[in-house]
Amino acid sequence: MTTANTKPHINKTHLHFLLKQMVRIRRFEEKCAELYMQEKIRGFLHLYIGEEAVAVGVMKVLQDEDAVVATYREHGHALAKGLSMNAVMAEMFGKMTGSSRGRGGSMHIFDASKRFYGGNAIVAGALPMAVGLALADKMQNRNRVTVCFFGEGAAAEGEFHESLNLAKLWSLPVLFVCENNMYAMGTALSISESEQHIFKKAQGYGLAAVEVDGMNVVDVEAAAQKCCSAIRQGEGPHLIECHTYRFRGHSMFDTQLYRSPDEVSSWQQKGPIVQLKQWLEQNGKLDQTEWQQIEKEVQQEIEEAVTFAEQSELEPNSALCRDVYQESA
Amino acid sequence: MHNTVQEQLTYREAMREAIREAMLHDANVFLMGEDVGHYGGCYAVSKGLLQEFGESRIIDTPLSESGFVGAGIGAAMGGMRPIVEVMTVNFSLLALDQIVNNAATLRHMSGGQISVPIVIRMATGAGKQLAAQHSHSLENWYAHVPGIKVIAPATVADARYMLAMALADPDPVMLFEHVMLYNHKAPVPNPTDCPAMAQAVVRKQGPDITLVSYGGSLLKALEAAHALAEQQINAEVIDLRCLRPLDTETLFASVNKTHRLLVVDEGWRTGSLAGEICALVAEHCFWTLDAPPQRVCSQEVPIPYPKHLEEAATPQVEQIVTTAKQIMYR
Repeated sequence: MTTANTKPHINKTHLHFLLKQMVRIRRFEEKCAELYMQEKIRGFLHLYIGEEAVAVGVMKVLQDEDAVVATYREHGHALAKGLSMNAVMAEMFGKMTGSSRGRGGSMHIFDASKRFYGGNAIVAGALPMAVGLALADKMQNRNRVTVCFFGEGAAAEGEFHESLNLAKLWSLPVLFVCENNMYAMGTALSISESEQHIFKKAQGYGLAAVEVDGMNVVDVEAAAQKCCSAIRQGEGPHLIECHTYRFRGHSMFDTQLYRSPDEVSSWQQKGPIVQLKQWLEQNGKLDQTEWQQIEKEVQQEIEEAVTFAEQSELEPNSALCRDVYQESA
Repeated sequence: MHNTVQEQLTYREAMREAIREAMLHDANVFLMGEDVGHYGGCYAVSKGLLQEFGESRIIDTPLSESGFVGAGIGAAMGGMRPIVEVMTVNFSLLALDQIVNNAATLRHMSGGQISVPIVIRMATGAGKQLAAQHSHSLENWYAHVPGIKVIAPATVADARYMLAMALADPDPVMLFEHVMLYNHKAPVPNPTDCPAMAQAVVRKQGPDITLVSYGGSLLKALEAAHALAEQQINAEVIDLRCLRPLDTETLFASVNKTHRLLVVDEGWRTGSLAGEICALVAEHCFWTLDAPPQRVCSQEVPIPYPKHLEEAATPQVEQIVTTAKQIMYR
């Protein structure tokens, strides 16, 4: 493996792109929280705030034809994979113009045309599916990568172990990305796992597995680049354990009794956006005008998305039973 | 394609031929499951297929029902046409998450974007003295779930031809093979004589009472019908074939003719498919009924090992005959 194609190009344009993607997700999520309080968005809402570097760093190295399988905390992944903010916001509103016609809501964003396969809300339940998507690619001799995101809580489920074993056994082109935010809802990793290093579990199955600072988007991208490059060269499944942290509760109902405010603020200080922004500023690669421009463009995109969602139609009751099965022609 | 002299096949051989034909017909079809390759299949259905098609298309899996059923779902989403074999319906419970939470939901939940054209085959039912963890009939659990289709070929002909229909279907199909049918031998008719997948079939016509059955209970229902004929009761026997969606048209037409219904179902009585059929008939044919609809189901116990208790726990011909006569007020 050469190093030439595994190192990200760290120039200003590239870093500005990463920064803007993370800001898009952050502001989108903040807007969702606001809309939730206004009862425009209902159901469960799991925000990705604090974890943006993982989705953005990984997605940067993917091609359009690569597949993404994500969790119920997937708004960020959907936006980073290239779904329009309009479609994602309309999905939050349960509108027909949403990415899943409003049927899925926050937890079930899909876009087959972007090869974005959810939006899956059974912990670890999507890992076997990712294995299957990669199996199909291998059987059809397509050189594509399937990336599967999941939280560290999934490592306690049997489907995690079954999937890693199958992926390695069949040498499939899967990149498993563990978003280790330390808590499965409110249960800390330290009280749920005998072996708390998720990447070591993967190594036990023979996968090439690494851990990375999930708050550092450049580190995440570099790790993803290296893994994807190896996968494309036929080296089989890889796993990256990203150490990250969610700044908000598990969902909007979470009173966060299980962690201290000090712990939260210490992680916020090394947040992915503030970290990259400070580095850019200190190195003379981001001035006030450029930052304001990013914020302004993101703000505009969000306002348009909210307007689009507000103005979109709800699916009529008459279409309720549509798409349970494929409609006969 | 077919000789004028109809060949005799066992149910097992018919299913194997169906798999072979599907594999030859479509390069995207593959078979995956526990012991389907080197062992030749737990019930020897796939014997010889590994030698014919190789390891890339006849895939032995580890004991990871959730993992490989989920992988089948993903492969179907990726353009393949997987046939996934789970040894028995009891083991399929380990894959329930994949079947119910993924395969059944993905199309609707994604607003119609995702197709999961997978066929999941498994053995079901009692009769081999395999006791309480290998003998149950849980087809009805799956038939409860919108988004999947459930079929139960009961004849050699259906074993031969229903798989192709299931594979042609754009939605997930669960295919149940009753363990007591595998050695059953019969001639295989021309494929054009095989009715559509979701169509129930009247296996024996008769004006007096409708016996509804499927899968492993069909032969018992037919045997009971012949015993009843000797007592001047001419029963009609319906083979459901497809448990979801149900062919209510055939069902109602028969009951509206006979005015009497007896459902034979190896599932447990409480919450059974038989109960659903009785409810449907009560809702739609109430004013044509001459007697209350009845059910012969399995007793509400885990299926026990000893032969006599296994038989006592499951529907038997004599019980069907007795119940039918009660419905006839005889």
